[in-house]
Amino acid sequence: MKVVLRNPRRELQLDGPTTVQALLGRLEINPESVLVICGDTLVTRDAELADADTVEIRPVISGGATR
Amino acid sequence: MKCRRCKAPAVVDVRRHNAAFCRECFLHHTREQVRRAIDEHDMIAPGERVLVAVSGGKDSLAAWDLLRGLGHAADGLYLGLGIGEYSDTSGRYARDFADARGLTLHTVDLARDYGYDVPGAAAATRRAPCGACGLSKRHLFNEVARDRGYDVVATGHNLDDEAAVLLGNVLRWETGYLGRQYPVLPASEGFVRKVKPLVRLGERETAAYCVLTGIDYIVEECPMAAGNRHLGFKEMLNALEDRSPGSKAAFLFGFFERGHERFAADASEERDELHPCRVCGSPTTGEVCSFCALRDRATVSDEHTIDLVLRPTRRRSGPRRRSPADAHRAERP
Repeated sequence: MKVVLRNPRRELQLDGPTTVQALLGRLEINPESVLVICGDTLVTRDAELADADTVEIRPVISGGATR
Repeated sequence: MKCRRCKAPAVVDVRRHNAAFCRECFLHHTREQVRRAIDEHDMIAPGERVLVAVSGGKDSLAAWDLLRGLGHAADGLYLGLGIGEYSDTSGRYARDFADARGLTLHTVDLARDYGYDVPGAAAATRRAPCGACGLSKRHLFNEVARDRGYDVVATGHNLDDEAAVLLGNVLRWETGYLGRQYPVLPASEGFVRKVKPLVRLGERETAAYCVLTGIDYIVEECPMAAGNRHLGFKEMLNALEDRSPGSKAAFLFGFFERGHERFAADASEERDELHPCRVCGSPTTGEVCSFCALRDRATVSDEHTIDLVLRPTRRRSGPRRRSPADAHRAERP
């Protein structure tokens, strides 16, 4: 499957099928810090990802220093 | 996973609620969290005019959309920070959002209107860019709101932002900041009320709200924020949250309920020391407020603070207006 990462944008080719949770674990990404979008649909961490899927792992953490 | 409310296939899981939601139920959940925050803290009264501080990012655009959806009269204010392509892109997202919905978006450009930008200010003052940026934002959001007759300024600060700020304040026992960290800062002399209606939503939820409602936002992080302490606190809290869901909310809401009031006296002491800035008239603890001092140092000019103090009405570069507000970081969060 094609996996799109952001900040900076880059692409990986990984073997499927797998689950969102397993994919994030393999990439050592904290599930709290991202959304996973398969095609154009948000998916939960138990979702199955097929070998032919395009998956975006979108970071959600933002912000400069504030008081 | 199934939606907790309707049992349809879920698209978002929210572990701190031990729940997952389908699209429609998730949007209901986000609206209810914002409505609850507004009601619990008396953020906005019926009929009040709201100015939303809009950056082009997920949180501020979600805040604007949610406030409008709940029936509040909310306009936007975008502040051009001069951070190269990042500012160009974020401004485009803010304008596109407003244009597509027929909303009013005010724009202030630091370089055009005040003669400096954030990278230049950071270099001139040898401060972290986020410090100069935050100081400028606090001052100018308040100033525009006052000048244009808004009752309240709303920002997109979410649960994660506030939990990270709280962690930073606790680690350094910044008691004055702790006394002011709250979802509402009441209006006072020179200051418009400031509210944080997303305080009950994590930033994963605000991002999901944008994706599910088709709000385009800038995903890229500000290049000047990379590696800052605030982001480090968020990473630490998310590591804790992953092991123990609900930790961030318990930390933050527990502070609001049982901790905040204990530091109120420290915040009051600083407020008691306020008097008008000799340059712009904003409340400040010093002779010149932090915004005017920052602008003076950051502006390419042979004028300096002392000149400003002696000639407070003299115009500098750009169409400068008298500033009624203060952005002194020691006075307002």
